[in-house]
Amino acid sequence: MSAVVTDHEHEHHDHKPSGIKRWLYTTNHKDIGTMYLVFALIMFFIGGAMAMVIRAELFQPGMQFVEPNFFNQMTTVHGLIMVFGAVMPAFTGLANWMIPMMIGAPDMALPRMNNWSFWILPFAFLILLMSLFMPGGGPSFGWTFYAPLSTTYSGDSTALFVFSVHIMGISSIMGAINVIVTIFNLRAPGMTWMKMPLFVWTWLITAFLLIMVMPVLAGVVTMVLTDKYFGTSFFDAAGGGDPVLFQHIFWFFGHPEVYIMILPAFGIVSSIVPTFARKPLFGYASMVYATSSIALLSFLVWAHHMFTTGMPVAGALFFMYCTMLIAVPTGVKVFNWVATMWRGAMTFEVPMMFALAFIVLFTIGGFSGLMLAITPADFQYHDTYFVVAHFHYVLVTGAVFSIIAAAYYWLPKWTGHMYDEKLGQWHFWCSLISVNMLFFPMHFVGLAGMPRRIPDYALQFADFNAFISIGGFLFGASQLIFVAVLVKCARGGEKATAQVWEGAEGLEWEVPSPAPYHTFETPPVIK
Amino acid sequence: MSKTYEKYYVPAQSPWPIVGAVALFLIALGAGNYVNEVTRQQPGFGGYMLAAGFVVLIFMLFGWFKNVIDESMSGLYSAQMDRSFRQGMSWFIVSEVMFFMAFFGALFYGRVIALDWLSGGSNNAMTFEVLWPSFEAMWPLVKTPGGIETQAMPATGLPLINTAILVISSVTLHFAHTGLEQNKRGQLKIMLLVTLLLGATFLGLQVYEYIHAYRDLGLTLASGFYGNTFFLLTGFHGMHVTLGAIILLFVFFRVLKGHFTPEKHFAFQAAAWYWHFVDVVWLCLYVFVYVI
Repeated sequence: MSAVVTDHEHEHHDHKPSGIKRWLYTTNHKDIGTMYLVFALIMFFIGGAMAMVIRAELFQPGMQFVEPNFFNQMTTVHGLIMVFGAVMPAFTGLANWMIPMMIGAPDMALPRMNNWSFWILPFAFLILLMSLFMPGGGPSFGWTFYAPLSTTYSGDSTALFVFSVHIMGISSIMGAINVIVTIFNLRAPGMTWMKMPLFVWTWLITAFLLIMVMPVLAGVVTMVLTDKYFGTSFFDAAGGGDPVLFQHIFWFFGHPEVYIMILPAFGIVSSIVPTFARKPLFGYASMVYATSSIALLSFLVWAHHMFTTGMPVAGALFFMYCTMLIAVPTGVKVFNWVATMWRGAMTFEVPMMFALAFIVLFTIGGFSGLMLAITPADFQYHDTYFVVAHFHYVLVTGAVFSIIAAAYYWLPKWTGHMYDEKLGQWHFWCSLISVNMLFFPMHFVGLAGMPRRIPDYALQFADFNAFISIGGFLFGASQLIFVAVLVKCARGGEKATAQVWEGAEGLEWEVPSPAPYHTFETPPVIK
Repeated sequence: MSKTYEKYYVPAQSPWPIVGAVALFLIALGAGNYVNEVTRQQPGFGGYMLAAGFVVLIFMLFGWFKNVIDESMSGLYSAQMDRSFRQGMSWFIVSEVMFFMAFFGALFYGRVIALDWLSGGSNNAMTFEVLWPSFEAMWPLVKTPGGIETQAMPATGLPLINTAILVISSVTLHFAHTGLEQNKRGQLKIMLLVTLLLGATFLGLQVYEYIHAYRDLGLTLASGFYGNTFFLLTGFHGMHVTLGAIILLFVFFRVLKGHFTPEKHFAFQAAAWYWHFVDVVWLCLYVFVYVI
């Protein structure tokens, strides 16, 4: 209580603005972080609702509820929303909230641009969602929008899709520039590179990847636009182009994009595990180097998404070996997390539970990735549910679990209240069981040959699909518990101390909870 | 890192970001509709929305930059703030480089791989036999597999003159910069004006070249992979020159108003970096699109 009072004394010259203008006009990294996180949660439920439509249709073989074209729109927009609307903004929100506090900065380096980056997003997704109601429907070519599906065979909504991706890209690039400049320029004196928390390191590298590849995405959607509407033939062999060119450019963006969605997760887990193991992170320096090497390798592996598209054998070999090489730094990370826990005094609060589930389940996703990297085996797995299982293990039990873990971990710092531990544990166990019911059997139906992105399937997959769908509905319902926890925690609860967690170390745990509206107007001293 | 830490300026609330977001919303939604309306020749509101978006964007840029310039002139910005701006601009240019890389990458892929494969290279003998057996791989691709014929833009003549103009404009901009640093305001003004005129000349000649391409050479955006890469690369470059020239124009106005000192002139520096970057893009473009 006393901490709160002193905050107000500090702040008397700069009161928190109130009303809607606070959010529309804000330059405060905490406000912007909150908006990013709330936006990501809303998009998570919209994208999740689309997943429910997909699972309802696939509950039984045969056509049940929706037309094939609408089914395709659901798979497409589900993917786009989850990637660009849920996971990426959630990580950006965490970056906004935590990076300035972790490095002792007064705010983000370019606070007004920060607000612009955020406010572009709701409009971009409004356009994308509006396109679903156009005559002919929204984008239905898969989130990867392969040519010629997105050029020759796409509907009128393609232009809206292209421009909404353009402005999402502008938002991401500005957000990334802000993160990178903040880390380079606003570290408190004494916060040397190798003292930075790993979350800051991983986000620095993520921001670099974003700046490098989001413009390439802008380039490729522009080519789709001109191919569809203005008669160019980048992806049309009759004009001297090549549809395969689309896949090369797209995946040159797409593969680093995958790491954009997982590197911050590594940073989160590297923050949580030491706290609850009450031991410093094992192998800090090796974590930094491993993250950097994953990022560099991510530029050299794009064609592993295209083994069945056809390429010279030398190319296939190169991309296969480079892909397998990524297992080495990733293995270093998993080893370090396990070694951090070794002989630690561990407790198992909700953030730790999600972090532990992350380590196990993300590793499963990593292993299936290794299977997919083997070119001859990939010929069998390509475009089956095995691939769907793989990337949902890395994205849902990987990225999303890490985001949930981060939310539980830092909620007391954000709200000043402890969340409801019991409800949180319910959320964890329901999610853990249902997510594995949902995605684990997909490995089996995939290996048995069930193709992805189809509204109907052969009869022998019926039982598995019914089971998967039940898992899906349960996983969707489990996330409502999360909302209950969040609302309850925002409204009140046991007062959180500054340190919150017994084993927590770092600058963000030295400021009071809730963190004052402006932290570190003068840089703190780093020991 | 410097030893003393001045207070880092965190601006108070600002309406401009949300105005900018609305502008981009209008531009994206308007452009999305406009593209459909133009290609289907239907009437609609897309064009108006797009135009409204640009009006709002320009309004936002004026307001935002006015705030920033006022803050800067009243001495609110520390050296650390200046570094933030510089680093931000540098990373923005990196992202622009990557945008052009996407198109250069497409150009290289098309020339080296796609055309080779279409004419039976690698293991594509049957692709060639079955699809377009009379196709000959060549660059510039003046006859597409589908049979569209066009003429190539020569590397000499106008493009060579334009290359010289841009290179000279980079040099004059450099002299404007040294003029600013040595506090020779006359040199600064003249050299900046010359740079602007050279930029405008470049753009004028570029428009002339486009007219020539469409009218005399039959080289259009739709005339196959050569036309595609030609117009998108030179087109996006031209848009960047236009933007760079507009930025330099505003810098020029600020110079006339007596802004910038030999020590503090981030806006000038950023505009100059952008101009040099656009110049380097042109050199790559001239080599790979026109010459080779």
